[in-house]
Amino acid sequence: MSFIKKPGVRHPDLPKNELGLTRRDYEGAMSTLCAGCGHDSVTAAIIEALWGLSLRPEQLVKLSGIGCSSKTTAYFASGSHGFNGVHGRMPSVATGANAANQDLYYIGVSGDGDSLSIGFGQFAHAIRRNVNMLYLCENNGVYGLTKGQFSASADIGTKSKKGEENLQAPVDPCLAALSLGGTFIARSFSGDKAQLVPLIQAGLMHKGFAMIDIISPCVTFNDHVGSTKSYTFTREHYHEAVHADYIPPRQEITVSYAEGETLPVQMHDGSQIVLRKLDQDYDPTHRGKAFEYLRTKLRQGEHVTGLIFVSSSGPDMHEMAHTTAVPLNALPYEKLQPGSAGLAQILKRYA
Amino acid sequence: MAQPAATQNRVNDFVIKLANVNGTGSASANTLLMKSIFRMGIPVMGKNYFPSNIQGLPTWYEIRVTKDGYVARSGRVDLMVAMNAETYSKDIREVSTGGFLIFDSTWPRSTLLARDDITILGAPLAKICNENFIGVRNRILMKNVMYAGLLAALLEIDLEVIRQLLNESYAKKQALVDANMKAVQLGYDYARQHLPCPLPLRLERMDKTLGHIMIDGNTAAGLGCLYAGATVGAWYPITPSTSLMDAFKGFCARLRVDPQTGRNNYAVIQAEDELAAIGIVLGAAWNGARAFTPTSGPGISLMNEFIGLAYYAEIPAVLFDVQRVGPSTGMPTRTQQCDLLSCAYASHGDTKHVLLFPANPEECFYMAVQAFDLAERLQTPVFVLSDLDIGMNDWMCPELKWDDGYRPDRGKVLSREEIEALPKFHRYLDKDDDAIPYRTLPGVSAKAAYFTRGSGHNQYGGYTEDSAEYQVVIDRLLRKFKRARTMMPLPVREGSGENVFGLVAIGSSHGAAHEAMDILSKVGIKVDYLRIRGFPFTKEVDAFLAAHSKIFVIEQNRDAQLKSLLTLETPVEKSKLHSILHYSGLPMTSKEIVEAVLAELGDARRNAMSA
Repeated sequence: MSFIKKPGVRHPDLPKNELGLTRRDYEGAMSTLCAGCGHDSVTAAIIEALWGLSLRPEQLVKLSGIGCSSKTTAYFASGSHGFNGVHGRMPSVATGANAANQDLYYIGVSGDGDSLSIGFGQFAHAIRRNVNMLYLCENNGVYGLTKGQFSASADIGTKSKKGEENLQAPVDPCLAALSLGGTFIARSFSGDKAQLVPLIQAGLMHKGFAMIDIISPCVTFNDHVGSTKSYTFTREHYHEAVHADYIPPRQEITVSYAEGETLPVQMHDGSQIVLRKLDQDYDPTHRGKAFEYLRTKLRQGEHVTGLIFVSSSGPDMHEMAHTTAVPLNALPYEKLQPGSAGLAQILKRYA
Repeated sequence: MAQPAATQNRVNDFVIKLANVNGTGSASANTLLMKSIFRMGIPVMGKNYFPSNIQGLPTWYEIRVTKDGYVARSGRVDLMVAMNAETYSKDIREVSTGGFLIFDSTWPRSTLLARDDITILGAPLAKICNENFIGVRNRILMKNVMYAGLLAALLEIDLEVIRQLLNESYAKKQALVDANMKAVQLGYDYARQHLPCPLPLRLERMDKTLGHIMIDGNTAAGLGCLYAGATVGAWYPITPSTSLMDAFKGFCARLRVDPQTGRNNYAVIQAEDELAAIGIVLGAAWNGARAFTPTSGPGISLMNEFIGLAYYAEIPAVLFDVQRVGPSTGMPTRTQQCDLLSCAYASHGDTKHVLLFPANPEECFYMAVQAFDLAERLQTPVFVLSDLDIGMNDWMCPELKWDDGYRPDRGKVLSREEIEALPKFHRYLDKDDDAIPYRTLPGVSAKAAYFTRGSGHNQYGGYTEDSAEYQVVIDRLLRKFKRARTMMPLPVREGSGENVFGLVAIGSSHGAAHEAMDILSKVGIKVDYLRIRGFPFTKEVDAFLAAHSKIFVIEQNRDAQLKSLLTLETPVEKSKLHSILHYSGLPMTSKEIVEAVLAELGDARRNAMSA
C-alpha cells in the first residue's frame, strides 16, 4: 500500500464528462491493497466506467462483503453511499437495498472467497432473484488477508506459495451463474481495461443481475510459478471469445465492425452492447451453447473472456414481485395504511 | 392449598379439552366452538397443542370458559372430548374429579380405563357420520363438526350463533354451510335424546365480550407492521412465526395494491435462509424503508453476525422472535420464553439490544408499531419477543384502536436541504449530545455519502484501528442504550404497592401471574405485581425491585433468563429474587405459580415467626 495522501489540487484541464465531472470526482480513498494488486486495476476500470457513463455519484450504491476485494468499494466513488457488510452476505444487503429503492444503481464488489465459499448461497440466490445490480467477483484463487489459503476457485494442480497442491475441483462463477439462470455473465482480466470498462458499463445498465468474473492476480500470495491465477499464466491462457462495446442510448452507433462477426444487443434503457465475436462458433445469447463452450475451453486450460451470456428478457426482482414503480422508501405514509376506519373494517372478521 | 372444587354447577367457568388427530379438520370444529362461546358474550381462552407434523399425530385443544376473563390456563380439565383412541388412556387420567369425558362409542372402550370419579358419556359419532355422509374425507371432517353439535346440546351453546358463524366462514359456499350445519344438528339431536342435557357445566349468555375481538398475536403483529408503514419484509419460513408474514402479506394483498396501477406498495421476500433474511432487512432499512423479519430462536441464532453489524453500524431493524422450545430444534410447536439472553446480547463482542415483551395479541399490534419507531429513533435492531402461545393462539382482546394522528418517527435522517446546509456530514458524530448521530439515505446527495462498515470506525465514519477513536464510538453506543431506557414502554403495576412480596413477569406469563395474584389474595396473601414490557429496564423496574423484600420472578424457561437479566442490568440484590420457572412447552398455569409462592412463603413465614 501507499502512504501518500491523494493531493487535493486538480489539474484544470482534466477531461470532463456530461455532468462536468472529472475522473477524480469518481475516485475514493487511497487503496490499502498491495502495490500491483489486480484489484486496484479493477477499481481504475470502475472509475473510468462511471465517469464515462456520466452517473451522478449519489445515484450509485456500493456494496461489499469481507476480504481484499471487498475493501475496494472504499477506493472509488466517495460521493456514493457504501456498505461493507459481513463476509459472503453482500448479496442479501444488496437485495434489500434494491427492494427499498429501485431507482439507484447498485454495484457489488466481491471476491472468490466471499462469493464462492462463505457466500455461495447468497450469490446463487441473488442470481435466481435477478436482483438488478452489477456484481463483480475479483477472483484470485486465494485468501489474501489470512495469508494464502486456497479459495474455492483454485484450479486442481495449482500450487500455493508454500508449495501445497490443490486437489479439489474449482467452482467456476460463470458456469455457476449460467446454470442458475443469470441474465448477464461475463469474464475479464483485471489487466485488460479495454475489455473491462465497456463490460462494467453494460453490466450497470443491464436490468437484472450482471455478473463479471474478473481474474485478478494476487501479487503477494498467488503470482508465482505453479499458480493458475498468476499474471503470467493468465496472460498466456487468456482467450477472448467475444468483445463487448457499450453504447449509451444517446450516442450514435459508430463502432465499426465487420458484418457477420457482430451482434448488437438492445438493453432495457435503449442502450446497446455490440458484441464482436472473435470465435465464429460462439453464440452469447444461447445459454446451453455458452455453457458447453466455456467448459470445453476450461478443459483446454483456457479462460474464455468477454460477454459470455446475455439475455435482456428475464424479469428482475421488482417485476417478479410486481412492485410499484415508485421506490418503496418514497411512498407516502398515507398510502401505506387504511387508518382507523380501515382498521374497524379489518377487525370485523375477528369480532 | 384447598383442593380445587369438584366439577359441578360451574356456569361459565370450566375447561373443555379436546383430544384429536392432527390433520382431520378438528381445528375448525374447535375454533367454531370457542368463537360460539365468545359470541354468546362469555370470555373464553383457547390454546392449541399441536405436533410438528402435517397429519396423523395427536393434537389437543383447550377451551377455558372464564366468566372472570382470565387469560391463562387454570390447570383443570372439566370436560374431555376424547376423539383420539391413541391418547385415550392419557386423556382420561387428566380429567379433574367430578368431570366428564365424551368418547366416540362406535367402538367399545376398554373398561379398564374407566374411572368412577368422573362421568363418561358415549356417542356413536362415526356411526352416525357414516350413515349420513358420503366419502372418507367428508366423514372424518364431519365427525369433528358433529361433536360441536353434541357440546352445543350439553353446554347449551346457541345453535343460531353456530349457524351464523358457519355462514360467515363459508360465505360463498352454501353447500358447505348446509353440510356443516347438518353435522352440528345430528350431534345436537343425539345428545338431546341420549345424554343428560344440560350438564352441570354450562353456558349462560353474558355481555362481557362486547368491544372485544379474538385474534392471534402473529396476525396482530402483521397488522401492526402494515400500520407502521413497513414496506419490506424478508423471512425464512419457521414455526411458529410463519403466520406473521402470512398475515402481513394477506393484509398487503388487500390494502397495499395501488388502485391505479395494480402494482404492490410492498415487497415480501422469502429468503434462502435467515442470514439472508436479516441481510435483506438491513439493506432495505439502511436505504430508508421500514423493514422487518419474523423468525424464531433458531433463526435468531443464524442472524447473530448481522445483528452485531446492525448494532455497531447503527442500522434500524425490527425482528419478531416468536419463541418456541429450545435448545436446538427443540419442540417447534411448543411455547417458551427462552430467547431473552440470546436476544439481549445477540452477536459477538459488546452488544446490547432493545427488547419488547408483548403479553397478548393486542400488545403485538401496538408494540409492532412502537418497534419501528424505536428502531429508527435509536438506529438499532429492536426485538419483539412474542412466543408461540401468543403468536398462534386466538386471544380475546379489546378491539384494536388506531390514532389517525400517528406519524412514523423516522428518527434523525437528514433531508437534502439539511445536508446542503451542513459544512460537512459526519455519520457517527454525537452532534446533539444525545448519543444518537444523524444518518443520511443513499440517492439524496453526494455530499452526504458515507461508508457503512462493521469494521472499526471513528465518529466521522472513517475506518480506524486507533484505540481512542474506537472507544469514542463504542462508549457512545452504550450511552445510547442507556438513553433507550427513557423510551421503553413502562411496566404495568398491579397491587397496592405497599406489599412486602412482589411478582415479576413478562409476556405470556402475565395471564397466569395476574390470576395467581387473585387466588393468593383470596387465601390472604397480598402481593404486588410488575409486568415488565421492555429492555433496557426502566427506572420503575429498579424501584419495584428495591421496594420489595422478596420478589418472585416468573418466566417460561429453565435457566431463569429474566432473573439473570435483572441481576445483570439492575442494582437488585440477587438474594431477593426467587424464580418460578415453567418450561414444559405448554402455556403456564396460574396453579403452579400459586403453589410455588405458597411453598416458599410457608417456609418464610415459619422462619419469620421463629425469629
